[in-house]
Amino acid sequence: MFNQSDILETIKMISEEHLDIRTVTMGISLLDCSDSNIDVSCEKVYNKITSCAKNLVSTCEDIEREYGIPIINKRIAVTPIAMLVASSKGDPVKYAKALERAAEAVGVNFIGGYSALVQKGFSAGDRELIESIPRALAETSHLCASVNIGSSKAGINLDAVAMMGRVVREAAELTADNSCFGAAKLVVLCNAPEDNPFMAGAFHGVGEPDVVINVGVSGPGVVKAALEKSEGMNITEVADLIKRTSFKITRMGQLVGTEASRRLGVPFGIVDLSLAPTPAVGDSVARILEEIGLEECGACGTTAALAMLNDAVKKGGVMASSKIGGLSGAFIPVTEDEGMIRAAESGCLIIEKLEAMTAVCSVGLDMINIPGDTPAEVIAAIIADEAAIGMVNNKTTAVRVIPAIGKKVGETLDYGGLFGFGPVMKVNTASPAKFISRGGQIPSPMHSIKN
Amino acid sequence: MKAVISVIGKDHVGILAGVSSKCAEYGVNIIDVSQTVIGGMFTMIMLGDIEGLTVKFGDFAEKMQTYGDEIGMVVRVMHEDIFNSMHRI
Repeated sequence: MFNQSDILETIKMISEEHLDIRTVTMGISLLDCSDSNIDVSCEKVYNKITSCAKNLVSTCEDIEREYGIPIINKRIAVTPIAMLVASSKGDPVKYAKALERAAEAVGVNFIGGYSALVQKGFSAGDRELIESIPRALAETSHLCASVNIGSSKAGINLDAVAMMGRVVREAAELTADNSCFGAAKLVVLCNAPEDNPFMAGAFHGVGEPDVVINVGVSGPGVVKAALEKSEGMNITEVADLIKRTSFKITRMGQLVGTEASRRLGVPFGIVDLSLAPTPAVGDSVARILEEIGLEECGACGTTAALAMLNDAVKKGGVMASSKIGGLSGAFIPVTEDEGMIRAAESGCLIIEKLEAMTAVCSVGLDMINIPGDTPAEVIAAIIADEAAIGMVNNKTTAVRVIPAIGKKVGETLDYGGLFGFGPVMKVNTASPAKFISRGGQIPSPMHSIKN
Repeated sequence: MKAVISVIGKDHVGILAGVSSKCAEYGVNIIDVSQTVIGGMFTMIMLGDIEGLTVKFGDFAEKMQTYGDEIGMVVRVMHEDIFNSMHRI
């Protein structure tokens, strides 16, 4: 018989502390769908996705019912579409529509992979795809786009950075009547992982198997609840407590991933053991930092506390799963985190502090509303700064900022659902135009030459 | 394969009897029960053998949950694997 307190602990985690599987994401390679005729290519894409993922949603629902674990999102990630555009030519938005149709047909929440990897330069199809992103996102609702503009190995493609500054703005402008939602479905990455199950940055890397199942866990609420019992502990003991909690959360992800993979007859990829917050009260990474001992998230000490949290989450998780991947760590998306929203509203959490936090967390500047009149080159420079942090520190960084068209600092932009809401935050607007317009490639750092 | 059936709520007469007969109705053999009442709060954990389950696991879980609602208790049925993975190395 199980220990009664263990059983009650698990039940409490699920029913009161928002423990859930954030996403089961099926990665599907579309490399075999490429055709010189774009319409044929789109048809092949639709057929492959709808055949591979036809049972994805129902299988996840069965697992939810049997294990009593909520699986919040079911998603699909595909090969970066720029690679298909390379051979088919034509308007890339046709692919966007085909992906949208496929997502609707199989009933998933999101489909990612409207992407291009341009860290070292543009190849055929890349520019066309990137330029089409704003339109693609405005004309679809399930599609997510991402562009990798830098890596520790290749450096940072400043031409792509400049381009993305404009693309992010345009994505917001084209969806201005819908909370600028286009920009919330677009992320610009440095060192993008190829097996990330989380949106908007999920795509199916070229080194991945044909079809694969990746799982993203959640659980800030569980860590917060565990820390409520940490009174009197020193920080080493707190780190240990987080590790133990993270272990349990990840084990659940491993179980769901293995089970989904077995039932769908698809190889199991990885568990991404990220602490992914939601706007719900009690499911916040900011509140964990506050529980560790900060008056409010954004206070001095936030970066150190986050560094410890991020590391402890990983250490607890790696032992719990045979395959760890994706982003794995703590997310700090402002509008998706109840505590971050409050801290941003009160003015305690500012963009510069968030930037420092991204040096030690698992992603980057995420879900941040910026003034609607922020120039494209300032957005590009935000991307460049973030990419530099990722490049030099050999980690993934990302930028998902949303220019709130027509809104000023302090006004609110509301997306609803998991995307949440948040205040428009102040951005330093001193012009970086000359720097950005130089173009070219920021060389990779010395320590990237490891061979 | 086994299911962990947890029953939590305000104590009253006939909870154990009711839940067990509901389990029997679906072919679930109860192999272990632990039960406590603290301050009028009833907590029961049952381990049921589901080899002879007459409906799908998910349906059984839903039926038990509905039954729980009827008697004013929270009844959850979860596969034993979740506890094995979370609490055992």
